[in-house]
Amino acid sequence: MKTLDIRNVVKRYPNGTLAVKGVNVAVEEGELVVFVGPSGCGKSTLLRMIAGLEDVTEGEIELAGRVVNDIEPAERNIAMVFQNYALYPHMTVRGNLSYGLRNRGLPKDEIARKVAEAARILQIEEYLDRKPRQLSGGQRQRVAMGRAIVRDPAIFLFDEPLSNLDAKLRNQMRLELKQLQRRLRTAAIYVTHDQVEAMTLADRIVVLNAGEVEQIGTPEEVYESPASTFVAGFIGAPPMNLLEVVVEGGVALVGGERVAVASRHAGPAILGIRPERVQIDPEGAHEMEVEAVEELGATRLVHARLGNQPFTITQDAREARPGDRFRVTIPPGEVSLFDRGTGRRI
Amino acid sequence: MYRDRLRDHLVLIVGVIVMMGPILVAITTSSYDRVYIHNHGMQIGWGGNFLETYRNVLFYKGGFSGEVTGALMAMNSAILGIGFAVGKIVVSMLAAYAIVYFRFPLGTFFFWVIFSTLLLPLEVRILPSYEVVQQMGLLNSYTGLILPLIASATGTFYFRQFFRSVPDELVEAARIDGAGPFRFFIDILVPLSKTMMAAIFIIMFVVGWNQYLWPILITTDEHYFTLVRGIKQVLQVYIGADIPEYNEALAMAILAMLPPGLVIVVFQRMFIKGLVETEK
Repeated sequence: MKTLDIRNVVKRYPNGTLAVKGVNVAVEEGELVVFVGPSGCGKSTLLRMIAGLEDVTEGEIELAGRVVNDIEPAERNIAMVFQNYALYPHMTVRGNLSYGLRNRGLPKDEIARKVAEAARILQIEEYLDRKPRQLSGGQRQRVAMGRAIVRDPAIFLFDEPLSNLDAKLRNQMRLELKQLQRRLRTAAIYVTHDQVEAMTLADRIVVLNAGEVEQIGTPEEVYESPASTFVAGFIGAPPMNLLEVVVEGGVALVGGERVAVASRHAGPAILGIRPERVQIDPEGAHEMEVEAVEELGATRLVHARLGNQPFTITQDAREARPGDRFRVTIPPGEVSLFDRGTGRRI
Repeated sequence: MYRDRLRDHLVLIVGVIVMMGPILVAITTSSYDRVYIHNHGMQIGWGGNFLETYRNVLFYKGGFSGEVTGALMAMNSAILGIGFAVGKIVVSMLAAYAIVYFRFPLGTFFFWVIFSTLLLPLEVRILPSYEVVQQMGLLNSYTGLILPLIASATGTFYFRQFFRSVPDELVEAARIDGAGPFRFFIDILVPLSKTMMAAIFIIMFVVGWNQYLWPILITTDEHYFTLVRGIKQVLQVYIGADIPEYNEALAMAILAMLPPGLVIVVFQRMFIKGLVETEK
């Protein structure tokens, strides 16, 4: 069953700016969907519309079986975790967790029970009587999640909740968040501009660009078969190599190089290949020269040129130095082709 | 380093002497009796009349009606000071709340209209203000003393700046938590503004306590006289040859200075906290 169904949703601001241009997304029960895209792509606007903090210009948002377009945020049965936590600074942790429940008029003992339960799940029991400013960033983050959990919502909305934490803590909280969401079996939408976060957290990823959905799919689908050059360039670090080619009879011509492709397409196109799928091979068909090497620790990123277009290869060996020449093979099965005009996958 | 500190302290000590000297002299002089002061002028030594003078000032029923004590005047001053400060805080907080959180036509325009009243202090509009209060029948009442003074452009401005610095996310979190406009104001904004309110209370209390012109106009009944006014009242001599009660006038001046001074000493830390940092 669908927990959330977004149908043709449009957001137009009073000054005429179109922030969201007709988006369709469905979130299944218990699923964690990540909205990812560069800043200004409309992902936060979309999330805020689901939360009810922004009006929906056109289209419908259906949450747990009812259209919520005109329903106040508090009545929507959602819970939101904000980027800057948005904890009430003058209230204790307990106060922060229980404030929403008190406003709903829940009986005292039920509030106490829910707060204790959330505190236990998040291991913040010992901080319950502290004020937010006495807590570290990670602890505040937990309190913010606690405030969401006690509401027992139909869906969690996360608005870049980890972006204020340092890298190490972020990785740890990311894992915890994922486990927590699994355990609660509550649907969730997670907004981020960080594609690593998107890949690691998501059951499904929604890639947004300029107010439109570029692709919806599992992390694997989005990574392996990006629907457009935008997705190919946005997901994956380093991004996919994108080369302007002309395809003829199963062969793509890049400058003087001939790359075999598994496609019957003919004419101009864009060829995409992931840097780590290019094989270094002394017998390979393409020879190139190392222009620069980036050390990444586990691997190295070798910058070279193929048919005079920039081309990167991820490799494990240490021997590459600028000026070295080497040969590669491009496996036809790993190649994606995109339309040159629209950027869509062919 | 050491010489710098010495110099700093010298400057401060000179400043303190210049500022506090007159007050000290007023205290010492008020411990003499009026005839001695009349003959010998201001005194630095200690006369023996201190307690008696202050008892007289506080509890002797004087004035034209013979019913007004210093204590009553102190109470009137307190009512004016507190009413003035609390009124200003309430009104300016509500005004700032409306301006910052509600979108209504010409909102910014109205803010600047309120702000421009800074150009029209009481002294400029004193006649029309008197006329209005008089026609409302509020002469000789606490309401008449306080109400016309509680609109405050400065307070509104301070609270507006403060509210604008409260993160939007907090407003949104409260909305999701089911706090309507009223709840948000009471549960979130008011507690957040505590230090701010304290700072404004101190300033406004002192201003209200020291009001002189307005009370003179609005109250003619001695039962509404404030301490600040009382000082002059004491010096008034009804029979030409009588010697004015210099000692009592000075004592009253000291008494009139005490509460604002105390308020500042007691709330000083909160005051500074309110001006430099806010809990957000």
